[in-house]
Amino acid sequence: MLRFIVRRLLWAIPTLFIVTFVVYCALRLATNPLASYARANPRVAKDPEKMAQYVETNGLWPGFGGYVRGYFVWLKGFVTGNWQVSIKGSRPVWPNLKIALVNTIRLGLLAVMVSIPIGLSLGIFAALKPGRLRDTAVNTGAIIGFSVQPFISAIILQLFFGVQWAKWFGEPLLPTSGLYPPGHQGFDPVLMLKYMILPVIVVSIQSIASYSRYMRASLLDVLNSDYLRTARSKGISERRVLVKHALRNAMIPIVTLAALDIGAIVGGLIISEAVFDYPGMGVFFLNAQSNGDFPELMPWMVIITSSVILFNLLADLAYAWLDPRIRLD
Amino acid sequence: MSTESALSIRDLRVTFKTLLGNVQAVRGVSLDVQPGEVLGVVGESGSGKSVSFLAVMGLLGRNAVIEGSAKVGDTELVGANQRTLRKVRGNNVAMIFQDPLSALNPVHRVGAQVAEMILAHHHGMSKDDAAKRAVELLDIVGIPQPEQRARQYAHEFSGGMRQRVMIAMAIANDPKVLIADEPTTALDVTVQAQILEVIDRIRKEMGTAVVLITHDLGVVARMADRVQVMYAGRVVERADVHSLFHQSDHPYTRGLLASQPTLGRERLSPIPGAPPNMLQPPSGCAFRVRCAHAGPECAGAVPELIQVRRTETACVRAQELEALV
Amino acid sequence: MTEFQELNHVDPPADLHHDDSIGVLQTSLSPKRMAAKRFVNHRAAFVSAIVLTMIVIFVVLSPITTRYGINESIFKAEAGRPNQNLAPFNLAWFGTDGNGRDLYSRIIYGAQVSLMIGLFTAIGSVMLGTLVGGLAGYKGGWLDDILMRVTDIYLALPLLVVLVIVRGMLANVEWVTAIMGDTSSVRFLVILLTVVGWMGVARLIRGQVKQLKEREFIEAARALGASSSRIMFRHLLPNSVGQIMVALTFAVVGAISAEATLSFFGFGPDAGSGMTSLGLLIRDSKRAVPPGYWWLVVFPGVFFIILSLCINFIGDGLRDAVDPKMQQEVK
Repeated sequence: MLRFIVRRLLWAIPTLFIVTFVVYCALRLATNPLASYARANPRVAKDPEKMAQYVETNGLWPGFGGYVRGYFVWLKGFVTGNWQVSIKGSRPVWPNLKIALVNTIRLGLLAVMVSIPIGLSLGIFAALKPGRLRDTAVNTGAIIGFSVQPFISAIILQLFFGVQWAKWFGEPLLPTSGLYPPGHQGFDPVLMLKYMILPVIVVSIQSIASYSRYMRASLLDVLNSDYLRTARSKGISERRVLVKHALRNAMIPIVTLAALDIGAIVGGLIISEAVFDYPGMGVFFLNAQSNGDFPELMPWMVIITSSVILFNLLADLAYAWLDPRIRLD
Repeated sequence: MSTESALSIRDLRVTFKTLLGNVQAVRGVSLDVQPGEVLGVVGESGSGKSVSFLAVMGLLGRNAVIEGSAKVGDTELVGANQRTLRKVRGNNVAMIFQDPLSALNPVHRVGAQVAEMILAHHHGMSKDDAAKRAVELLDIVGIPQPEQRARQYAHEFSGGMRQRVMIAMAIANDPKVLIADEPTTALDVTVQAQILEVIDRIRKEMGTAVVLITHDLGVVARMADRVQVMYAGRVVERADVHSLFHQSDHPYTRGLLASQPTLGRERLSPIPGAPPNMLQPPSGCAFRVRCAHAGPECAGAVPELIQVRRTETACVRAQELEALV
Repeated sequence: MTEFQELNHVDPPADLHHDDSIGVLQTSLSPKRMAAKRFVNHRAAFVSAIVLTMIVIFVVLSPITTRYGINESIFKAEAGRPNQNLAPFNLAWFGTDGNGRDLYSRIIYGAQVSLMIGLFTAIGSVMLGTLVGGLAGYKGGWLDDILMRVTDIYLALPLLVVLVIVRGMLANVEWVTAIMGDTSSVRFLVILLTVVGWMGVARLIRGQVKQLKEREFIEAARALGASSSRIMFRHLLPNSVGQIMVALTFAVVGAISAEATLSFFGFGPDAGSGMTSLGLLIRDSKRAVPPGYWWLVVFPGVFFIILSLCINFIGDGLRDAVDPKMQQEVK
């Protein structure tokens, strides 16, 4: 087991190199950092000497060779902690990125805690009576859930709980934007929770839909298996058949899926964050993108990809831990 | 006779409700198995031989409608509630299946799966005692180093060893009836013989009634005392094993025997055609569409089993055909 | 080979015949008819097909079904009788927008553009994806490895991020812009969505082909000496038609949603000429939230949900219909 983890971690390093290099090239092409810098700092842009200086310190040489050299310049700065500063106002990137990361993880974990129990229960509920009304209802509900795009549910919820509610009852039922009321200072979990209700609902709709479908499919698979027939033929209680045999086995792919899903949180909540003005990774990305701010986007992408790679590893470990047929060494 | 039977089935009918209509998988099967006896149940795929016994055990899906009667001792199983069925399953009647790899739970240790069977019917027993008993059982069915093996998983066993585990599990509560559904089909020929030996030994030592479901007439010849041949959800012939092999009167049984490879015979004669569509089984004798001896009378009533020479045969022309042989 | 045999090859026998537990079921229905029957039996899919057909008819017959021109105000605004942001009434069933235009008519115009983007993108992605996925699945080897690695990365990243970055890349390369047109053109959007969208299809088709390759009838064809291209076009492709149809359906809804998402964030087609799409209408509804112009939020949003719901149900029904496992499903 330990050997597997070490080997996989060692493998993750070259993977990260390749992925970050690809991302580096893609971002340089997409944002055109030099032009963006010039746009953001028109006075500096008039001074060719200062511009040449900027190219040298940040490794923004043109051509493929320039990209490769530039990547290593960036990498050295990134690894040693001398991150490139934002193009606008030359601010350090990490403090804001850290806040955004924490906020997004908070929102994402809350959404996971809401959607996994609900989704799995619905899936189990449906799979126990396949073809019956409850199964059709859960299945239909799941497809409706898939079809409700987050930006639509977000603005409809905003309209209903914010604006219309205020029209009918005098004040909005739930806050519809931000993390705290404007001007709020300090940490207040209850208040924050209230601000997170609507974004969590929006994120959870599609999540619940997909967990319920996966759980249903996985459990149905197990329920139709030969070993479940064997378990029933033993004369043990139906409850024991379901818990010890069916659910135990059906959870294996679900746990893997959940691990991958959690790994995708950090970059996956862009839409709901944007609509609700929630100061997380999504809003950070959209702002940096609109400024063409390469020094902000690059660490953002590194965090996203590292999280995906890390949780991939965790998913594999969970799989091996739950299923004795999988051998890691 | 039926009072002392270990398992007694009367006019069992199983119908599956499907998207395309009702599939009449079993259409009136009756049989008795005595303690210590091996009853062979033979037939092609889809003849309803497995389904009959899965129905008795209450292991069919929700879409199966089961009618008739099946008694283990005094307990009626058809239409019984789950509690009654649970008390019988694994206790009075145990079952082993065709593919032991998929029949064993891949994520539970083998010993624990055997122990679970014991604990299911011995409520006061401690887990440690059950685990010890499981190791004993693994030893009885001939698994070497049973203590180590009990801690392993099904995928770490060979096919034959897995089937031994299934047998160990099945005999854990000293059942009156052991239903073996194609127990050797998925195994190598040499391993097949060993597994059959284990089953036979258990029958002798414990006096278990064995139902051996198979399509392999060789297995039947070797193991069974009596044989029932099934076709299209009905029993078409019933006899002791010797009579069936030497003086069968049903054209289908004869066809089956003729399609078996034997040393010295140069040609196999397969039965022409395919088994019927059980959505709309043919009227009268279901075999008549494939039968070389079918006449107009075969389309009439469904033939019942009648004594012809040494076998009971469900063929209206059996008496006439006797002359032809 | 005779024609009859060829036809038989296309539809391998259903797994049903091997299942002892259900009894022999020799059905007189061909697998295709069975699939059709299952689709009709999927009630939601059937209803959705009818609703979608109606939507398509409305969109195609837009000169008849719309009440006003795309950029036309419902009437001339005067002092005391403004035409902007009016709640639904008899002259404008779904109300009017900030320019006094009829929302009902604009939803039809918008659906026209969205459906077109969806259809063109889906066809492009499915063709490209089937080609690459089919080849990778059939040939295996390095092509397969590369496909899997590239799509692994793509699937791991949030779709919006991929779209935005690829969009930026395509917009910054001059010769690409020459082919694709301006970033705000519909053509650019279709190509962008195709460039990103084919990867999901490729993985699906790859899986299907890999599975089919192991089936007996393909092995038999190979043993009989059929060439690779013959196996691909006469056996693998016809047998994957069901899966390809499923992929196409989900690609349409994927493309429509991607267009809406991009438009929502201002990366969509240009609305300068009054042209609109469902995504643009939904983007405009953001501005209608604070003043509480609910019709501008509810109608485009709900219409979009209904549209994608229909296509999703149809895809779900198709998937069930072509899935051999489902043949045993009991009603």
